[in-house]
Amino acid sequence: MLFYSFFKSLVGKEVVIELKNDLSIAGTLQSVDQYLNVKLTEVQVLDPEKYPHIQSVTSAFVRGSVIRYIQLPPDDVDTQLLQEATRKEITQPRKE
Amino acid sequence: MAQVLDAYVNKSVNVVTADGRIIIGTLRGFDQAINIILDDSHERVFSSTDGVEQVLLGLYIIRGDNVALIGEIDEEVDKNIDFSRIRADALPLAKT
Repeated sequence: MLFYSFFKSLVGKEVVIELKNDLSIAGTLQSVDQYLNVKLTEVQVLDPEKYPHIQSVTSAFVRGSVIRYIQLPPDDVDTQLLQEATRKEITQPRKE
Repeated sequence: MAQVLDAYVNKSVNVVTADGRIIIGTLRGFDQAINIILDDSHERVFSSTDGVEQVLLGLYIIRGDNVALIGEIDEEVDKNIDFSRIRADALPLAKT
């Protein structure tokens, strides 16, 4: 739930998602769900020469299970807050 | 969280599968596991030597496990793509 809330706070920001098939996609974070599935608008592939496969795609839904990294703008992330929140998560009883 | 794909229902979508295939079709339905129903679907096979090949498939159900990305297609942009000129390798597999 922590990272779900974290990503909800980043809706509207520009992110780059690197998938497990090595595809990197830039876009604006439109929504996120409990599985960390992500919806992006203004989608752009980072290397369109190498990956012309989704040229005509403007907005996309990316399944959480296939995401390797989500690159975030550093100014939009309060790392201190995130560190504290993650420490608290460890001490609290987790609901799986 | 099924609301994420509602916006794409009855639209033309470009599905990237975990094994690196590109399948285009009309999204008819989906569920929480992102199992999807694709109508009038066809696969776009990319090759580094020949142009893009389109293979007709028809009505398909794709299991959610296998879905990497679902992109909304901009029909205008898609119409103007000259597929015979595109040379690209097939997408890599999504390595878990």
